[in-house]
Amino acid sequence: MAEASSAPTSAASPARRSAHQLDGLVRIAVVIVLIGLVELLCRSGLIQPTTMIAPSAMAQHAWEILREGKFDKDIAISLANIGAATVLAVILGFICGLLLHALPGLRSAIEPLLASYYAVPTFIFYPVFIVLFGVGSAPIIAIAVLLAIVTMITATLNGLDRIPRALHKTARVLRLTPWQSAVRVKLPAALPYLFTGVKLVVAYAFIGVIASEFILSGSGIGYAIGYAYNNFENNDMYALMFLVLASVTLVNLLLNALDRRLQARLRR
Amino acid sequence: MKSEHTVLAAEALLQDSPATTPGVPHAVLQGVTRKFGKAGSVFHALGPIDLTLYQGEFFSVVGPSGCGKSTLLDTLSGLASPSDGTVQFENREVKGVPDGVGVVFQEDASFPWLNVRDNISFTLRMRGMEGAEIKRRVDYALAFMGLKDFATAYPAQLSGGMRQRVCIARTLVQQPRLILLDEPFGALDQQTRLLMGDELLRLWRETGATVLLITHALDEAAMLSDRVGVMSSRPGLFIDIVETGWPRDRDSRVVSTPRFGEVNARLWERLRVESLKVMGASHG
Repeated sequence: MAEASSAPTSAASPARRSAHQLDGLVRIAVVIVLIGLVELLCRSGLIQPTTMIAPSAMAQHAWEILREGKFDKDIAISLANIGAATVLAVILGFICGLLLHALPGLRSAIEPLLASYYAVPTFIFYPVFIVLFGVGSAPIIAIAVLLAIVTMITATLNGLDRIPRALHKTARVLRLTPWQSAVRVKLPAALPYLFTGVKLVVAYAFIGVIASEFILSGSGIGYAIGYAYNNFENNDMYALMFLVLASVTLVNLLLNALDRRLQARLRR
Repeated sequence: MKSEHTVLAAEALLQDSPATTPGVPHAVLQGVTRKFGKAGSVFHALGPIDLTLYQGEFFSVVGPSGCGKSTLLDTLSGLASPSDGTVQFENREVKGVPDGVGVVFQEDASFPWLNVRDNISFTLRMRGMEGAEIKRRVDYALAFMGLKDFATAYPAQLSGGMRQRVCIARTLVQQPRLILLDEPFGALDQQTRLLMGDELLRLWRETGATVLLITHALDEAAMLSDRVGVMSSRPGLFIDIVETGWPRDRDSRVVSTPRFGEVNARLWERLRVESLKVMGASHG
């Protein structure tokens, strides 16, 4: 078989890869410079320790907190709430997205509401959720789900809209059942867009849970940060903030790496 | 410049094998039309079309842009229902995509999340076929389409031509009796098209399937087909059906024969007027 253009194409051109690597290096350099600047300002006394401690001190204290297990319970509660909110928002958002996609009439009525959804301050519903779910993790998870779910609905609609027409037709030509078509063709075809939704859901779940705990709860990392703030325990406060930032960054790095692999494989 | 040797070889090929004679009707369209829209603003896309595809023949359809070629294929495959008229495949009215019909589209329809082997075996797995039989069919299709070395590659790692081969292989393993191809080589370069044409002829000969090819390339239609249907501008009707007279055992060398030039010239003669009509309409 002597086809001129039959050689496999490389996943990305070397020029694009090196440009991407350069972008990454610049990004890391900017972050390091900013952290260095804050470190310098703190160490030089231009920023007082009562206002902010140096990033290196934050990291050191965060490590001590983890080693001593001082906030293990709060950390566990927050991570469990974030995990639960993420899973619920992804599943419910995906189901709602599927339904809206299948019902174009309903979709055209609902879509303007989705577009203006983030104008609503979700936290005002906390009293309603207290009445519905009682005090504890449930209302916090509910707030985080409410905050995150629309991104998943939008990502699902976007993903389903962008499935190439040829794949829809192929599913019919291959005489797949509606279930096979949904699970074996539409879902994997929409996966890159769904994954973008999942990344945003994780971010919103962090925001929803930590912010709710900060303002409205008696446990969790958000509560611990608020408690430290009220009691002038700067070391604890900044160390916990550092841990939250480090966790979010780590999770994002992992999700981005997964996303890149997914996009490279599913690119058409 | 063609060598004398090539021309002689092609003419010898024509003399050695008897021409295919159509016989048993395989797919029949009677009075088929396709109209879109509601009363008052009806868009008449196709027909009325009467066409019989005979068992084992290679039939191509050419026509100006927007004449309804793909609509014809959709109707014949059962992807769309005719507004009027009937479509029959193997003496049964077509309602939905019937068993025994395989379709290859112009657009890349390979599944990017599956490797080549899994793409090809996809339908068989969905139908619950036994593993050993799946392996036998897929191995054959991989070898037949020259994809053996790329069985574990993903579509993103393949060229357009190879992805199209994956789609053809996926159709091939279903052992269809009627293969419908909607400009499958439309996105490929000329050399690859010629080579893919030879592959297609080999597939057609070995499977014994009836083939309907939609194409905008007159030379492709003239080279590959037993008969070529020329469609008018919208609403698409067959204004001519040209018999090429090629033997069944043919390949791309037929382009060296005088007959190829004659067929091509006749196709263009009929199509030119229709294409001018479309251009005239688009210019105002």
